[in-house]
Amino acid sequence: MNAPAAMIDVALRLEIHDLYAAYSACLDHGALDEWPEFFTEECVYKLVPRENFDRGLPLATLSFESRGMLKDRVYGATQTLFHQPYYQRHIVSGVRVTGVEGGAIRTEANYLVVRTKKNELSEVFNCGRYIDRIVRDEGRLRFAEKICVFDSELIPNSIIYPV
Amino acid sequence: MNAPDAAHSPDLWPDARESRVPYRAYTDPDLYREELERFFYRGHWCYVGLEAEVPNPGDFKRTVIGERSVILVRAEDGSLAVVENHCAHRGVRFCQKEFGNAKRFVCPYHQWNYDLKGNLVGVPFRNGFVVEGRKVGGMPPDFDMKAHGLTQLKVEAHNGVVFASFDHDVPPLRDYLGADVAPWFERVFNGRKLVVLGYSRQRIPGNWKLMQENIKDPYHPGLLHTWFVTFGLWRADQRSQMVMDAHGRHAAMISRRNQGGEGEATRGVASFRQNMKLNDDRVLDVVPEPWWNGPTVTMLTLFPSVIVQQQVNSVSTRHIVPRGPGTFDFYWTHFGFADDTPEMTRRRLRQANLFGPAGYVSADDGEVIEMQQQGFGQDPGNRTLSELGGREIGPTDHMVTETLIRGLYRYYRGVMDV
Repeated sequence: MNAPAAMIDVALRLEIHDLYAAYSACLDHGALDEWPEFFTEECVYKLVPRENFDRGLPLATLSFESRGMLKDRVYGATQTLFHQPYYQRHIVSGVRVTGVEGGAIRTEANYLVVRTKKNELSEVFNCGRYIDRIVRDEGRLRFAEKICVFDSELIPNSIIYPV
Repeated sequence: MNAPDAAHSPDLWPDARESRVPYRAYTDPDLYREELERFFYRGHWCYVGLEAEVPNPGDFKRTVIGERSVILVRAEDGSLAVVENHCAHRGVRFCQKEFGNAKRFVCPYHQWNYDLKGNLVGVPFRNGFVVEGRKVGGMPPDFDMKAHGLTQLKVEAHNGVVFASFDHDVPPLRDYLGADVAPWFERVFNGRKLVVLGYSRQRIPGNWKLMQENIKDPYHPGLLHTWFVTFGLWRADQRSQMVMDAHGRHAAMISRRNQGGEGEATRGVASFRQNMKLNDDRVLDVVPEPWWNGPTVTMLTLFPSVIVQQQVNSVSTRHIVPRGPGTFDFYWTHFGFADDTPEMTRRRLRQANLFGPAGYVSADDGEVIEMQQQGFGQDPGNRTLSELGGREIGPTDHMVTETLIRGLYRYYRGVMDV
């Protein structure tokens, strides 16, 4: 049954695609201060290894519950976490609406993040899928929930910036 | 290539002090092969997991000792076994699942099968096959099933934590931990039932010993890690204790949290952020637990393969998996206790944001180790220097010391004969 997805009109679908494009652009341009604004005040952001997700284990590599925690992460990534700098490039594909519940739209999308460190070749850094819940908040679409479930069995040393 | 020859090279340790480690000790492939033999495959216990990961008969976990794939399994009689993951027939690494439940281990190639303790119990066409009334093939009459099991390791669990060794002459596990370090192990693992919260896995492009050193180094946390110095989780003005076993191979770094803020321990410390305030401080919602008995942090290094972390409410094991001289994998297993309230479980999960490959106080350890390895590679004739607190080796009642690193290298040089 595609009834829930069919309820989403074309304009809203385009708006959802624009949200993903803007989200990727924010991260890829390193505009991290804008990243928390893609989320509602109360929100869920998790970066989770697929093995934990599939086995129902609650541990996440990163787990935040409010825009405040996202702001704290931005401060950490830019001011306190010592790291070798890198660019990231998000390739997001296959955005699909998986359901509508109340005022929220459930979506999923594949993502691939390519990392480029200074003086190094570009490399596949993290790949997985977003499992999201999107709501309209203050006139724009925002993520109330974003679960990044990554296939990558090993993190290449560290993850500093958001995915 | 004869590894001990390389180790014996007079150039390897020209400066005969534990406080000066040659860069080549982190880059030399022959030395590395010898470390695997002498530390991971002989004379030492290596971490394989928690009993809570294999609660039921038939439950197994595929893991690694050194570079050798092994399987931790709970046998039908409830006992624990560890077997090496390659078939006695043609060498196939037959187990590819990370976790599962099995009645037998079966190699897919020719279906040789083994019971859960690694004994060979089935060989297809062992007695040959009848073709047109004539028996053909089969194993020779002197083929002995008992002589062709999987490699069986010595196994010992202590209060829910499982160690194994390829060396059946290794001393009992508690003796191996030693009278000075074992009580700190038993403070976290006192026999309570454990609950696994999940895993984090990372690959760090650095020599495996650097992670042992990192957790034997109380000097860096209050300098590298802004969160530790700013929020008083680990810094020089705390009541601390550095403990090592009689050999200097295992250690415990023990300390008590203070209120943080400005003080002697922050003077001139570039990573201190006087005005840093969290927008949402639930990440640091620390609630003391009765079993702490004072210290808010204990970091154990159990040589060669594992670190046990208690940092406030976050507890984990960190398994070191060497991958050649310049790389190791690092597996984190976060856990809690069966009697935790839902609030305590949530607290442990929130504080996990500080640790692991993206953690506020751990991600940069991996980064710094990678940069150490870069430095070693470019100047192999050079050596490190660990002389904070002098050149002596022994326990201390403060953290302004590199004594644990010196203790480690005294032990290392003895075992490696370098």
